[in-house]
Amino acid sequence: MKRVYVNEKWCLGCHLCEYYCAFASSNEKDMVKALKDSKINPKIKIEETDGINFAVSCRHCNVPLCVKGCITGALTKKDDGVVTIDKDRCIGCYTCILSCPFGAVSPSSEGVIQKCELCIKTNNGTPQCVAGCPNSAIVFEERGE
Amino acid sequence: MNYVLVGNSAAAVGAVEAIRKNDKEGKIVIISNESYHTYSRPLISYLLMGKTNEEKMKYRGNSFYSDNNCELMLNKTVQSIDASQKTVILESGEQISYDKLLIATGSTPFIPPMPGIEKVKNKFTFSTLDDAKALERVLDKNTKVLIAGAGLIGLKCAEGICKKAEVTCVDLSHKVLSSILDDESSKIVKKHLEDNHIKFHLEQKIKELNENSAILDDNSEIPFDVLVMAVGVRPNISLIKDIGGKTNKGILIDERCMTSIPDIYAAGDCCESMDISSGQQKIMALLPNAYMQGECAGMNMSGVDFVFDKAIPMNAIGFFGKHIITAGTYEGDVYVEADEENYKKLYYSDNRLNGYILVGNVEKAGIYTALIRDKTPLDTLNFELICKTPCLMAFSREIRAEKLGGANHEAVS
Repeated sequence: MKRVYVNEKWCLGCHLCEYYCAFASSNEKDMVKALKDSKINPKIKIEETDGINFAVSCRHCNVPLCVKGCITGALTKKDDGVVTIDKDRCIGCYTCILSCPFGAVSPSSEGVIQKCELCIKTNNGTPQCVAGCPNSAIVFEERGE
Repeated sequence: MNYVLVGNSAAAVGAVEAIRKNDKEGKIVIISNESYHTYSRPLISYLLMGKTNEEKMKYRGNSFYSDNNCELMLNKTVQSIDASQKTVILESGEQISYDKLLIATGSTPFIPPMPGIEKVKNKFTFSTLDDAKALERVLDKNTKVLIAGAGLIGLKCAEGICKKAEVTCVDLSHKVLSSILDDESSKIVKKHLEDNHIKFHLEQKIKELNENSAILDDNSEIPFDVLVMAVGVRPNISLIKDIGGKTNKGILIDERCMTSIPDIYAAGDCCESMDISSGQQKIMALLPNAYMQGECAGMNMSGVDFVFDKAIPMNAIGFFGKHIITAGTYEGDVYVEADEENYKKLYYSDNRLNGYILVGNVEKAGIYTALIRDKTPLDTLNFELICKTPCLMAFSREIRAEKLGGANHEAVS
């Protein structure tokens, strides 16, 4: 399957991917309107120290520990490989946060959890973080299974 | 191939999903002593709280059994196994033959002998949907509920009903959640629970019960209308024990989830298995392990060699918005960070992370879990950094590239 990959050599640590991610989840048409005066809670997050930056988001693992461990069945891996969350069934126990080896699942502002679900359906086939990365450090590609 | 699964919860579901990866044709029969579509047992406290409902509690969708071509037998109790004839015998007298059998019978609340318990009319346990419904029926705003046990089950029950009742917990231990917290973190959690109007009598045993009161060790008398017994559970092992299979407190299984009897597998809360964080065989009655053991059993039952050798104790639990995540074994040197609201303790020795406790800030906890599960040598990463914050930055550039850049993310083999 196609996944989001980050080349840390090219990542500037500009955090724009985080803003594009938050925008993609907002259902607004205008980015300024969507994000103005709001504290963003993106599903892709930059890790940074002196001189090293890279973005981390869900790997859509072939063996998804979050899905196997989910106590409600709210997390599933679909036939297309995308690990998705049914926010209506999630009760925010955070067993997935306990399970994810990448730290790629986080609490949402609604008291359940959130994770990258690859916003390709809503964004013409390219995730917003990829489309918005100014240095092409984030790519969406197939790397063989 | 005839597959028979005794039990209808996480382990059985894991087995069904694994079997159907390998065998689309074989007959699968699921036998349950309850009357429900598979549901998530840990959600019963959320049901009482009103955060979920019976429909949303379903662990898999309504079409699960038909999608997976399973025959579901509800309200049936298996009385015994005839391993020589390869049949299970139900209380109703029916016999069902199997080629491969899974025992996923879970556990039963333990009720210790207590003088006077027979006098208590309103007494309940808290592990099934029927338990939760029965308890809910007797509650109103003024109901005084005494919960025996301040562990995971007792406290989730307390949280679930505290808007509908006055709740007091009694426990033998000097701390709450004694199976997963150390003294300091337990104090933080206890204070948080008390701030939410749950009362405690710790280091106290119920010496005697009357119809509507309990006498504790210190001779104080606690009045109650309803008693909930949550002192612990016992694995349901009799089906295997009765036919001479190896059992201890739980059914003994190997890393393929096989019991000592040919063609009989076991998974979930009824089992004892290897905790790789301590190297000890123990009961790890946790939903994620139940699913993964069930899956492992299902793979092997359907002819694919599969090993699950990554089980560790682990818990994610929250009360009134405060989250707790713990994993592994609490042995070795410690790294501690604490303030009034948050607590972190990492236990490490011999170049390995053995266990951790997080209260409050639980962000990215899974990175610590993976260090335990994968037995990552700590000298291959920036330990000082990862102690402060669980992060991928602490790994070397090469390992990070492998983790983030590869396509085949198999976090367990």
